[in-house]
Amino acid sequence: MLLDFDFGVIIRSLPYLGQGMMLSLSLTLLAAAGSIVLGTILALMRLSGIGPLMWIGATWVNFFRSLPLLLVIFWFYFLVPLVVQRQVDAFQSALIGFILFEAAYYCEIMRSGILSISRGQASAGYALGLRYSQCMRFIVLPQAFRNMMPVLLTQTIILFQDTSLVFVVGLADFMTSAVTVAQRDSRLVELYVFAAFVYFVICYSGSLYVKYLQKKIHR
Amino acid sequence: MIEIEHVNKWFGSFQVLKDNSSSISKGEVVVICGPSGSGKSTLIKCVNGLEPFQEGRITVDGVSVGDSATNLPKLRSQIGMVFQNFELFPHMTAMQNICLAQTKVLGRSQDEATERTQKLLDRVGLGDLGYKYPSELSGGQQQRVAIARALAMDPIAMLFDEPTSALDPEMINEVLDVMQELARSGMTMMVVTHEMGFARRVADRVIFMDEGEIVEDATKEDFFGKPRSDRAQLFLSKILEH
Repeated sequence: MLLDFDFGVIIRSLPYLGQGMMLSLSLTLLAAAGSIVLGTILALMRLSGIGPLMWIGATWVNFFRSLPLLLVIFWFYFLVPLVVQRQVDAFQSALIGFILFEAAYYCEIMRSGILSISRGQASAGYALGLRYSQCMRFIVLPQAFRNMMPVLLTQTIILFQDTSLVFVVGLADFMTSAVTVAQRDSRLVELYVFAAFVYFVICYSGSLYVKYLQKKIHR
Repeated sequence: MIEIEHVNKWFGSFQVLKDNSSSISKGEVVVICGPSGSGKSTLIKCVNGLEPFQEGRITVDGVSVGDSATNLPKLRSQIGMVFQNFELFPHMTAMQNICLAQTKVLGRSQDEATERTQKLLDRVGLGDLGYKYPSELSGGQQQRVAIARALAMDPIAMLFDEPTSALDPEMINEVLDVMQELARSGMTMMVVTHEMGFARRVADRVIFMDEGEIVEDATKEDFFGKPRSDRAQLFLSKILEH
């Protein structure tokens, strides 16, 4: 049986699998960047003390955390073209879905990050004549980001794993490319083992880096 | 310079400040003392609007702090404040701590701010430590950086909220020395402190607070010579005995 395995198929398909990986990585990075920005804005809204803004932030978080990501991706594939009244490619609609969905999780991370900074820090900023926005931008948020960096990265690793869900809208990410090759060449075991290995290496080195960061921050 | 008129403040149903009135003129150094929980810190935080108050009026250089039309950031930039826990920004070097508000609030150029900062670091005796982060400095050094940071805004008055309470005993004097030099230079100062030696040497007037009231507001000589109230006498006897 073992002799039947042909791992050469992986080498022959590397350019195609590489394209899939590029799509997975660019989707991860763009979605993470977008949802960290949006999540931070939502966190500021939740902490603003202004009724309507707090309500919007809280509702957003509760809404998206109650839905399966798969449904959101699927939904935006059909919804976004209707809203903007023109064809939108699958990558863009998936990206928007990911940003809106993940923002709910990054929001809660940033919220606890902001709350971890003592009130005295903001007071010191105000006492120097800084406005609220300046206090946040120069004093509170940089410290909150730094404290929360390990958690933000962990969430981004989860996001990277979740990008494999884009197969539902026909995008060829790394996982989907592996499946395509596996079925085309009837090499299921080889390709699935390889895909698992690649995901493991990337995510595990990410986790190790998170551990290193945690140590560095708590030193 | 600073006028405090009939200020009342509540935290919920608890009244922290009861009909506080006082007046501090230009160049005057006023020490505020009293048992903990007496409202001293709350009172000076009302002066630059860090704490809101419900009744009464506080004006600084003619500008009303509690008025909603007042440009609070602008007013605060003219009043320096030094905190018990220093509150330096830990992600910035001493130099960056002092430069930040100069460039962002006063609109000074980076070069101008750096030059001013170096002068102030020299003045507080930390001329060669500007590149250090707060965590690399001792408590006394951090507090001197905090004083320099407040002075960088060219304030018309300075507020000190128990500036030496969080310091190890051997570092208290280096901070008091800087404050004393500042007082000699004619700065208007309100200082919440338990350092009665500092009050004796530097203060023009002493305000004694207890349970939210200003119990005594007297010249230094009167306060240490013959305090009128029993409460002030009791406080002084407790604090000076040891």
